[in-house]
Amino acid sequence: MSNQQDILGEVTTSDYKYGFYSDIETEVIPKGLSEEVIRIISAKKNEPEWLLDFRLKSYQKWLSMETPRWAHLNIPSIDFQNIIYFAAPKKKAQYESLDEVDPELIDTFNKLGISLEEQKVLSGVAVDAVIDSVSVKTTFSDTLSKLGILFMSFSEAVHKHPDLVKKYLGSVVPAADNYFAALNSAVFSDGSFCYIPKGVRSPVELSTYFRINAANTGQFERTLIIADEGAYVSYLEGCTAPQRDENQLHAAIVEIIAHTDAEVKYSTVQNWYPGDKEGKGGIYNFVTKRGMCQGDRSKISWTQVETGSAITWKYPSCILKGDYSVGEFYSVAVTNNMQQADTGSKMIHLGKHTKSTIISKGISAGKSHNSYRGLVRINPKAEHSRNFSQCDSLLLGDKCGAHTFPYIETNNPTGIVEHEATTSKISDEQLFYCKQRGIDTEKAIGLIVNGYAKEVLNQLPMEFAVEAQKLLSISLEGSVG
Amino acid sequence: MLEIKNLYVSVQGKQIINGLNLKVNAGEVHAIMGPNGTGKSTLASVIAGNTAYEVTEGEIIYNGKNLMELSIEDRAREGVFLGFQYPVEIPGVSMTNFMRTALDEIRQYRGQEPLSAGAFLKYMNQKKELVELHDKLNNRSVNQGFSGGEKKKNEIFQMAMLEPQLAILDETDSGLDIDALRIVASGVNKLKTKENATVVITHYQRLLDYIVPDFVHVMYEGKIVKTGDKNLALELEEKGYDWIKKELMA
Repeated sequence: MSNQQDILGEVTTSDYKYGFYSDIETEVIPKGLSEEVIRIISAKKNEPEWLLDFRLKSYQKWLSMETPRWAHLNIPSIDFQNIIYFAAPKKKAQYESLDEVDPELIDTFNKLGISLEEQKVLSGVAVDAVIDSVSVKTTFSDTLSKLGILFMSFSEAVHKHPDLVKKYLGSVVPAADNYFAALNSAVFSDGSFCYIPKGVRSPVELSTYFRINAANTGQFERTLIIADEGAYVSYLEGCTAPQRDENQLHAAIVEIIAHTDAEVKYSTVQNWYPGDKEGKGGIYNFVTKRGMCQGDRSKISWTQVETGSAITWKYPSCILKGDYSVGEFYSVAVTNNMQQADTGSKMIHLGKHTKSTIISKGISAGKSHNSYRGLVRINPKAEHSRNFSQCDSLLLGDKCGAHTFPYIETNNPTGIVEHEATTSKISDEQLFYCKQRGIDTEKAIGLIVNGYAKEVLNQLPMEFAVEAQKLLSISLEGSVG
Repeated sequence: MLEIKNLYVSVQGKQIINGLNLKVNAGEVHAIMGPNGTGKSTLASVIAGNTAYEVTEGEIIYNGKNLMELSIEDRAREGVFLGFQYPVEIPGVSMTNFMRTALDEIRQYRGQEPLSAGAFLKYMNQKKELVELHDKLNNRSVNQGFSGGEKKKNEIFQMAMLEPQLAILDETDSGLDIDALRIVASGVNKLKTKENATVVITHYQRLLDYIVPDFVHVMYEGKIVKTGDKNLALELEEKGYDWIKKELMA
């Protein structure tokens, strides 16, 4: 069956389809990181003193820390002095209608198939589009504000709602949490802020498109989502990045707080430039995402579809503090060519009767390495807590690797922790069967992989799921080797 | 429609088919019978284009085209259908999605517009009737959790959907109870037209009570050694294969 390998090899050689560069005028500050640079960032954003303090303290902590080495990743050394820490599109006016938006930007969205126009009309999604660091466009804010929902760029929130930002910033991911979190806390540029007041269910899915755009610009987004008592929100984050040769660093932080009876559903589709077939270029994605189920019966659910980045280091987690709180993690991670991913989740059970679910589907192709790393911890006081984890790996071809590193710590005898894992390959029989029905190899692989990932894709909101399916097929056009 | 000339096939150096000849015309039903391990399923796989087998000599002409030059999917698009002896499971892929993808591909190849979602579902429901597979089919994953009988009915259902010109049914009767056998056979009969042809591979005469063949071929040691009408199948049922072997030895 050497034929099979040839076909798979052939199928996995397509290029990144979102590699384009939009020529939007960008304002940048010089390369490098120092206290001075942090002061400039803070001053440019006209920040209050307390926030500058937060940044400077984080910077001091960062200086004393070292790059984490425990992941199953081969991370080239990063020259932090060779990175630009702030870039903002020059035209930063707020727009009333799409006509006023830079046509280049509209064009970018059109190429991605996610035009704001379309989104506005068809899907009823409020979009806070972040190109580089400053929010350019916010829609539906009127509808949302009637309900008291706050959805705006992080910088705007700092000025308009300083009490909320001050109260929650760093409350789930402290600045000293890890190396990249400390870096982000020192230099974060912008991001999204979302607050859902007591008892309000957001009628629309809140959506942010992040996009790394200017060459050599590190991207340090910061997202803060707060769901007050009994509130509900579904939040979507989607990412694509233009093709670039230099490696780009991305170190984001997402913090979620769910109060009593609140529920937050956070969905991500990540498709940053993964580098070329030889592993040249690509985004380094070191993200800290964590949710705090603060109140009783609160629930936080993470769903991610990860197809991009040269290196992914990401563990969306839940701290289940409230009794009867629920944490969920659904993930599809695809790696192809020379990509590396070390991703998974942490579920920390503190409250009684807390429950968590982890469903992880890894897909490895090319010469890539895909690792699941997860921690389930049942603390002594977390009576009657449960976890169920399922980690499946699908291998395409014979040169890639799949690894699973589950850590389980139970400190309460009433806890129940289950872990299931499988590893499979797309079989020649499956491909033959599809082809005998007239379906070519590429489409067959797309079908099989989407079927494999269905449990996770089903968790995504409808429009997003469709996009994610396409993305899986596209990345496997070049990723089934 | 199909003409196989002097075919030799090996797998991993082992010779399976040794100079086989077969001619199938439109409107005909052929049955290929024979003891285990004589290359019947191999023949079916080779016609479909399974690359696990190596054709070392001979040719397969289908509608004037050299099949060996076509990919597996193009053979299917040209109207060659294989009913699998062991239908393959594809977890998470719904029958609707699977059939829609297949039909779109085939229609595109033939220069036809894809069916709209509504028209497709209507078409699918209509075809399901034929094999008495019921509503639940649409959302079930391809062959996953299907009983043996359901898997075989599903093969005939797919045949009905794709309307092949040449259908090769590889032991479609194995593992079927008498009711399922009747349903499967009646499905095949209903799909019969003057333009298409069916090749049924089977061990037992029983299936041929329902699907009446125009020709019965006996395959032995990689060749067709005897051809007759439906009475040959009855004779085989009565005497077993030994008499053929003896005849060959003589």
